[in-house]
Amino acid sequence: MSEKITGVPTYLMVFIALMVLTAITVAAAFIDLGRFNDLVALGIAILKATLVVLIFMQVRHSTRLNKLVVVTGALFLAILFGLTLSDYFTRGFLQ
Amino acid sequence: MSASRVSGQGTVSSGDPMTGKWGLAHQFDSFEQQKESSYLGMWLFLAQEIMFFGGLFLAYLVYRTRYQDAFAAGSASLDIGLGAFNTAVLIGSSLTMALAVWAAQTNRRKATVWFIFGTILLGGVFLGVKAIEYTDKWQHHHVPGPHFEWHGDGDPSKVEMYFNLYFAMTGLHALHMVVGIALLLLVARWAWKGAFSADNHNFIEGMGLYWHFVDIVWIFLFPLLYLLGRA
Repeated sequence: MSEKITGVPTYLMVFIALMVLTAITVAAAFIDLGRFNDLVALGIAILKATLVVLIFMQVRHSTRLNKLVVVTGALFLAILFGLTLSDYFTRGFLQ
Repeated sequence: MSASRVSGQGTVSSGDPMTGKWGLAHQFDSFEQQKESSYLGMWLFLAQEIMFFGGLFLAYLVYRTRYQDAFAAGSASLDIGLGAFNTAVLIGSSLTMALAVWAAQTNRRKATVWFIFGTILLGGVFLGVKAIEYTDKWQHHHVPGPHFEWHGDGDPSKVEMYFNLYFAMTGLHALHMVVGIALLLLVARWAWKGAFSADNHNFIEGMGLYWHFVDIVWIFLFPLLYLLGRA
């Protein structure tokens, strides 16, 4: 088995990317984008989390079974949010 | 299955961190499988943690859409500078954690210890800032309960809900950090004793997975709690 070891330059680049994304999130919060403020903030957070998962947590080098478990966790979270919000957001449709 | 080092076996990565003895536990067919099951176990735990925090995030989302103005007002009372600083500190601690794992993988014993201590230090800074924030909240009577007072915009009972969620989510997160720091102290001790190496680093990789997860939770907490309605 060959173990792919992520090197220091990669880690440093990801760190800088995460810092830049944090700065962008903070800056974007002060710009009035209306409904898109939430989307931008969440989108950037998802991007940061993806970088951490793939590179810091080395999921990009992991087995397919491992990747499946990661995706499944996210999937169940999506189900939790999706089904619950579909209830709350459709209340008041029928008077 | 003998636990002897066979050429062509490749890198071994599992062992007993307390004694530093590496080897293949009898229930596994190969070092590969042993390593993978260690990762899988930690990730299954993290998947559960995702749901654990997910419940609180969902509650926050629902109440936020219902009490938009009150939540924006509550959020505005948080110090965005401290929050951004803490975000940078925690991401930095993830960097030091990743570097600690790298150092273990490349047989750098002292560097491993230094990076673990760096992670512990940054984690401590994060918790210190949180303590400052919590104290400030306490002094302004923003802690939900019998002494809660709200004199700003928004319906006080709705703003109190914001602070309920703020303390529940950041409190749970801080608890995870305390546990993480306690484990890191243990890992630092083992690393000092030379337990981790290119042949034996599953435990420290698992520790890294836990720590990165705690960082990810904060990556979502920060914009949701601190950056609402600032425009």
